[in-house]
Amino acid sequence: MADPPLVIVGAGHAGGRAAQALRHARFDGPVRLVGAEPHLPYERPPLSKGVLVGDQQPADCALNAPDFYRDRQIAVDTGRRVARIERARRQLVFADGGRQPYRRLLLTTGGRARRLPIAGAELSGVVTLRSIDDCLALRALVVPGAAVAIVGGGLIGLEVAAGAVKRGCAVTVIEAAPTLMGRVVPAEIAALLHDRHSREGVRIHLGARPTGFVGDGRVEAVDLEGGDRIPADVVVVAIGITPAVELAEQAGLEVANGIVVDAGCRTSDPDIFAAGDAACAFHPLYGRHIRLESWQNAEKQSVLAARNMIGGGEDHTEVPWMWSDQYDLMLQVSGLTDRYDDTVRRGSLADDGRVVQFLLDGGRLVAACGLGVGTKAGRDIRVAQRLIARGTPPDPAALADPAVNLKTLLRA
Amino acid sequence: MSDELSWHLVCEADEIDDEDVMPFDHGDRAYAVYRTPSGYYATDGLCTHEVATLADGLVLGEIIECPMHQGRFHIPSGKAKSAPACVDLRTHPVKVDDGKVYIGLAGDG
Repeated sequence: MADPPLVIVGAGHAGGRAAQALRHARFDGPVRLVGAEPHLPYERPPLSKGVLVGDQQPADCALNAPDFYRDRQIAVDTGRRVARIERARRQLVFADGGRQPYRRLLLTTGGRARRLPIAGAELSGVVTLRSIDDCLALRALVVPGAAVAIVGGGLIGLEVAAGAVKRGCAVTVIEAAPTLMGRVVPAEIAALLHDRHSREGVRIHLGARPTGFVGDGRVEAVDLEGGDRIPADVVVVAIGITPAVELAEQAGLEVANGIVVDAGCRTSDPDIFAAGDAACAFHPLYGRHIRLESWQNAEKQSVLAARNMIGGGEDHTEVPWMWSDQYDLMLQVSGLTDRYDDTVRRGSLADDGRVVQFLLDGGRLVAACGLGVGTKAGRDIRVAQRLIARGTPPDPAALADPAVNLKTLLRA
Repeated sequence: MSDELSWHLVCEADEIDDEDVMPFDHGDRAYAVYRTPSGYYATDGLCTHEVATLADGLVLGEIIECPMHQGRFHIPSGKAKSAPACVDLRTHPVKVDDGKVYIGLAGDG
């Protein structure tokens, strides 16, 4: 009997890239990629950007050309849901009853958009944004003149706000925290984004909690704690994702804010790996487990997991990095922004077209947040990413001085 | 397309720092002109993955990293070195003459 395949469950960005990496590493045994979505693997960032406003089409998001998988003999099951993993038999059981033995398994199951468990959540016009299908449904609603209420002032919420403004909608952002993007950027950068959205006509409610969605079949308004009522033809609930850990959990793998893996993407079962949004991986640089929901993590961690599945012994040590596009501004963040005791600012968005905030912890650079017109902050963020990886404390005066080429700090 | 190159002045040679890049526009096209440890080079100015200005990117040795999604290209050859970039950059000849950098573009641009 032929060897059972390496099976990848989750045919999103991470899953697709992992399959590609297996072939790139010259693995010539059978590979099978299984996904619940009807689409071949695609990248999600454009869904809240170009595809939402119609500048890009779903096909532009494809991770690879459609014939890529066939050409490389990667079997792909789209639209197929895995019901459970039977570890003792090393096989998957599909929701349709089918079975699939595996030699090794990679879980790139991603996440699901969180919903708000409040009255009216089931009304038509109350939507979330995670998949191509979500995006096309929302795109049809984001039409000129539509009143769009966005619950959640994080990355996705604000990108949708910028897109809806571009489409000529009347946009309201409802955020429970005291600042926008509070989980991701320091207050000064959040204030710049807030200012820009306000100037674009977005109404922003901070410290605001929806108590219910109102409407007769179709949503008409959002009720807020305290009695305010926000009219809305469309409500986008953008309050993050829940990692899809059910399969891992049922299989008895360790789950804690994601599928727990070591720095090499291994679960507690030596034949099962996990990567991408669903994986909570030990990060040697930070000395703790971290779950990242980013394009970079889907892109890089998946490749490493694939190589380790076929005998590699690498650790994922990449400094986290993410970006967001809002209007003509690009936000880029490298490092982790959850722990810092000092900040250093370099440049000014108004005067230089870019500002970078460096976050330090005990003198070490732990993160950098850049906001610039287009990619103007990109280079500083890349240098910062290297300085973070290096771990040696940079001179704060040099960080703050735009006349100092940041790259010279790499030679120090 | 004409094979004849026409040479266009980009800048003084010392206007580009070592391991750095400068944008150059000609007609409606953007180019990127580099100074690396092995010399001066030029490529198309936009990343092949998305529309990002490579002149905002980071030059390390002979590698340019796109400032948008961090795709990497080998400057002298234009070869894409790491995902997300998988399409090579077009390269263009460069010459340094009397302390000035010139880019060679095909006759019709």
